[in-house]
Amino acid sequence: MAEALGWLGVPLAIAAGTMRGSTPFLFVSLGECLTEKSGKINLGLEGTLLTGAMSAYAISYLAQDSVGEFLAPWLGVLAAGLAGMVLGAIHGWLSQQPRVSDVAVGIAMIIFGSGIAFFLGKPFIQPIAPKLMTLDLGAWSNVPQLQDALRISPLFLLGLAIAPLLRWFFKSTRWGLFVRAVGDSPEAARAMGISIFKVRMLSIVAGSFLAGIGGASLSLYYPGVWTERISTGQGLMAVALVIFARWNPINCLYASLLFGGAQALGPALQSVGVDSFYYIFNAAPYILTLFIAIFTCSPQKTLVGSPGALGTNK
Amino acid sequence: MTAIARQKLEAICLPMAAILVALLLFGIFCALAGANPLGVYGSIYRAAFGQWSAWQNTLLRASPLMLSALCTALPAHLGLVIIGNEGALIMGGLGAISVGLALGTSLPPLGVQVAMALAGMLFGGVWIAIAGALRHYRGVNETIGSLLLNYIAIALLNHLVGGPMKDPSSLNKPSTFPLADLNMLGTIPGTRIHWGLVYGLVACAIAYVLMQRTTFGFAARTAGGNIRAARIAGLPVGKLTLAICFLAGSCAGLAGMVEVAAVHGRANESLNVGYGYGGILVAFVARHNPLAGALVSVLLGGILASGGILQRSHDLPDATVLVFQGIVFLCVLYSESLYGRFAIFQEREALPASRKATV
Amino acid sequence: MKPLRNPRRLPVSRRQVLRGLLAASAFGAATKLTGCTAASEGEGEGETSSGGGSEDLVVGFIYVGPKDDFGYNQAHAEGAAAIAALPGVKIVEQASVPETTEVQEAMREMIDIDGATLLFPTSFGYFDPHILELAAEYPDVQFFHAGGLYEDGMPDNIGSYFGYIDEAQYIAGIVAAYTTATKKLGFVAAKPIPQAIRNINSFTLGARSIDPEITTQLVFTGEWVEPVKEAEAVNSMVDQGIDVITCHVDSPKVVMETAERRGVYTSGYHANQAELAPEGYLTGAEWDWTSIYTQYVEWSQAGDTLMNGGIPHIVRGGLESGFWKLSPFGPAVSDEAQQAVEAIKEQFADGSIAIYKGEIKDNEGNVQIEADKEFDQKAVELETMDWLVEGVEGKVS
Repeated sequence: MAEALGWLGVPLAIAAGTMRGSTPFLFVSLGECLTEKSGKINLGLEGTLLTGAMSAYAISYLAQDSVGEFLAPWLGVLAAGLAGMVLGAIHGWLSQQPRVSDVAVGIAMIIFGSGIAFFLGKPFIQPIAPKLMTLDLGAWSNVPQLQDALRISPLFLLGLAIAPLLRWFFKSTRWGLFVRAVGDSPEAARAMGISIFKVRMLSIVAGSFLAGIGGASLSLYYPGVWTERISTGQGLMAVALVIFARWNPINCLYASLLFGGAQALGPALQSVGVDSFYYIFNAAPYILTLFIAIFTCSPQKTLVGSPGALGTNK
Repeated sequence: MTAIARQKLEAICLPMAAILVALLLFGIFCALAGANPLGVYGSIYRAAFGQWSAWQNTLLRASPLMLSALCTALPAHLGLVIIGNEGALIMGGLGAISVGLALGTSLPPLGVQVAMALAGMLFGGVWIAIAGALRHYRGVNETIGSLLLNYIAIALLNHLVGGPMKDPSSLNKPSTFPLADLNMLGTIPGTRIHWGLVYGLVACAIAYVLMQRTTFGFAARTAGGNIRAARIAGLPVGKLTLAICFLAGSCAGLAGMVEVAAVHGRANESLNVGYGYGGILVAFVARHNPLAGALVSVLLGGILASGGILQRSHDLPDATVLVFQGIVFLCVLYSESLYGRFAIFQEREALPASRKATV
Repeated sequence: MKPLRNPRRLPVSRRQVLRGLLAASAFGAATKLTGCTAASEGEGEGETSSGGGSEDLVVGFIYVGPKDDFGYNQAHAEGAAAIAALPGVKIVEQASVPETTEVQEAMREMIDIDGATLLFPTSFGYFDPHILELAAEYPDVQFFHAGGLYEDGMPDNIGSYFGYIDEAQYIAGIVAAYTTATKKLGFVAAKPIPQAIRNINSFTLGARSIDPEITTQLVFTGEWVEPVKEAEAVNSMVDQGIDVITCHVDSPKVVMETAERRGVYTSGYHANQAELAPEGYLTGAEWDWTSIYTQYVEWSQAGDTLMNGGIPHIVRGGLESGFWKLSPFGPAVSDEAQQAVEAIKEQFADGSIAIYKGEIKDNEGNVQIEADKEFDQKAVELETMDWLVEGVEGKVS
C-alpha cells in the first residue's frame, strides 16, 4: 500500500484535480467562447452539460454489448455531442427570432435541458456503464499517487488541443473571420453578404456539441457516474468563465484549469488536517475567481475582446 | 377598436396562445411517456388553479419569485445582467435572523418585524451593491461577479449555521436559533398565504412606479440605453449603478427575510432552494417589467404547484415538471417574436383605401 | 494505454429489475392510464376522500431527492415499494420535494386530494416546522418521521422512527480494522450532523476495538450531494495512505466507484453498493425500512393509531428489529474478520453489547463518557452527539 504523502498531497491533489476536474469547464467554456464570439449568449449550456452527461452514460451502457467496452464510451461521447447539438439548434433558432432575448432563452433551456436529462436518465442511474479509457502517463514513476494523478483522460488532452485550435480558427481562417464579423458588427457582416442566421446557428450548434462532450467527461471520466446532481452548476460557471477569460480561448483554458484545481483544495486540505472553515475552503474556486477578477480587471478594459453585438439583441 | 386596446389585446392573446401551444406540446410529451394527456391537463388545472386551495398553493410559491425577480429586473433597466438573486436572498435571510434574534422580544412584534425586514433589505442590498461596485470601480463583469457571490453566500450560510450561529438543538439540520413565535409573520386572514405575497405585490408596484414614473427611473433607463451619452449628459452613472443594485438586492433580501420570518422561523440551508434562479427566469420572461413579473411569478407558481400531482396521479417522474416548465417558457419566449405579425392586432391604417375600393 | 477497469456486471440483479420497472414507467410501456382517472375522483377538499379503492389504506411518502439515488431516498423508496405490495394498501409518492412550504403543500395535497391517512415525509428537515404545522392542522392524519425527536407537547399525531445504523457502522469498522494495512481509515461525510457523527464515532470505535492504533481521517464535503468533491475527497485520502473508506452522503455511488478505481477498500452506506466495487467492497451498513413500514401498516390495519395510544410515538431499533442489515461480505474480508463479526452480531441481537461504554475520550482529550457509565442506544445523548471520539482526525466545526 502507498506511503502517506503528507503536505505534499495538497499540491499533488491540486495538480491532479486540475487535470481531472477541469475537463467539463474546458469544453463548456470553449463551446461558449465560440458561441459568444458570434454575438449570442447561450446560458443553457448547463442544461446541455447535463443532457450530454446523461446521453453519454446511457449510450455507453446500451452499446457495450454490441460494440464492446472500449468503443462504447466513445460512442457515448459522440452521442453526448449530438444531443448537445439538438439542444443547440433549439437555442440557435429561438434566440434569433426578433425581440427574443438570448439570455432568457438560455435560462429556459437550462430548465428544459435538465428536465429532459433527468426524465430520460431515470433508467440509467442504477446500471454501471463502461468508462472512458485513460492514458497512464505516470507509468515511469514508482509513486502510486503520482501514477494515479497522471492517469489522464484523452478528453482532457483533446480540450487542451482545441483551445489553441480555436484561437487559430478565429485569427487565421475565413470562417473564423465570419464568426467574428457577425459577432462584432452584424451590419458590416450583412453588407459582406454573410448570412448572420446561419453563422450564429452553426456557432451555437458547434458550441453546444463541445458542451455536450463536457457532459460526457463528467459521466464517463470524472467523477464518472450518472446522477441527477452530477453537475453542481459547472455549466453555468463555465459560461461565466468565458467573460472572465475575455473571449480568448487560451484564457478559457487557464480559467478552466484554475477552477478545476481549486475544486480539489478543500478536500485536500482537510485530509492533511486543516479541518476548520471547510465550507469556506470548499468555496475556494469561487472566492479565488472573484479575487483574480478584481485584481486583473480595470474599468478601462472591461470590454476588450467583447464581441460588439453581444447582449444587444441585434 | 383603438390602437391601444388592440395592443393590449395582443399582449394578452399572444402569451395565452403560447401557453396553449405549450400545453399541446407537453400533452404530446406525456402521451409519449405513457400518460393520458387529457388526464394530465385536468390534474394540472386542479392542482394549480382549480379551487381556492390550489390557488393558495400557487400564490404561496409565487411570492418569493416576485421579490427575487426584481433583483434581476431592476438592474436590467441599467443594462446590467445580475444573476445574484440566490446570494442576496440568503444574505437577506441571514441579516433578518441576526436582527430578529438580537432584538428578541425587546420590541413589540411589529417593531421586530420591521427591523428584520430592514436588515434583510440592507444585507441583500449591500450584497448586490458589491457586484455593482465591482462593476463600476473595477470593471468586473456584473454577471460573473454576482454569480460568484451566490456561491460565496451559500458557503457563508453553511459556515454560520453550522458553526458560529448554530443552535445545538437543531441537530441533523444545522440551523440558527429560532425566532420567538410572536415575531413570526402571520398569514393573510382566511388563507394559509403568508404576508410575503403582499410584500411581493407592493414591491412590484413600487418598482414599476419608480422605473416608469420618476426622474430616477428615467435617468436609469437613459444610462442603460447608452452609458457614454449618459456620462456626457452629466448623469451620475456610478451612483445610479450602486443605487439600482442596492434596491435590486434589497428586494431579494426581503424575500429571504420572508422565508425566515414566515416559513422556517430560523435560517438554514433551506434558504437555498432555487428561488433565485426562478426569479431570473421570471424577470427575463416578463421583459423586466415588474408588473408583468408578478403575473409570470403566478404562472411559474402554478406550474410548480402542479408538479406533485403529475408524480402522484400519473406516475410521471419528478423531472416532468421541469420539462413542462421548460416547454412553457420556451413557447412564451417564442411568442414575443410574433408581436406585429398578425393583422388582426394591427391598426388598419392602410385600410381606408382598400375599403373605398370594395365599397 | 488501457481502458479503466470495468466492474463485472451481474447477470440479473434486483437493480436491473428495478431499472426495468423504471424504464417502463418513464417510457410508458402501458399500465398507468387508469391512474389519473382514479385520482380525479378525489375532488373533495378538506375531508379525507379516498383516491384509491374505497377501503384502501392510503399512505403517502415524500422524498427530498430522486427515488433512485443509490442512497437515502432509495432506501426509503424500497421500503415504500414493499408495503405497496401488501393487500389493502395504496401508496402515493412524491420525490424531489425541498424542505420549504413545498413539502407542506405536498402533504396537504396527499391528504386532501389523494386521501392519505398515514404520511411518511422522510427527510429530516421536513420535521420542524413543516410536519409540526400540518400535524396541528390535520389532527386525524398520522405523520411518521424518520429521525425526528418527538417531545411531549408536540401534536399527538406525530410519530418518530429511526434505526441504530451505527451498530452496522461499528461492525463495518471491525471489518475495516481486520483489512487495513496502513491502519488509516477514511470517512467522507456531508455535514457534521449528529447522525453522521454517531456513524463516524461508531465506525472508529469498532475499528479501534480490534486495533487501538487505527485512526479515521474525516473529510466533510459540505453538501449532501457533491460528486466532484466526494471524488476529490477519496483521491486525497488515498494519497495520504488511507486504505479503507466509508461515507455518509446522500448517494455513495461516487465514493465507492472512485475508491475502487484507486484500488482501496470500501464499506457501503444506505444501500448495497457491492456491484459498484466488486473487488474492494468489504461490507456495508444498509437501511432496511421494510420491516418498520410493514409494522406501521399492520398497526393501522388493526385499528391502532398514535392518538389512541396503539402506536408508540417513538420507535427505535437495531438489528433485532430489522432496521439495518449488513451487505454480504466482499472477497477481501478474511475468515477471521467474518467470525469476529458473527460474534458481535449475536451480541447486538441479544443486546449484550454497548458501543458507547466508558471510558471514552473525544479527540481533544476530554473524557466524554466516564469509566463507569454506558449509554444505551436509546440515549438522547447519542442522538445529539456533537463530539468526535479519540482516533478521529477532524473537527466538527
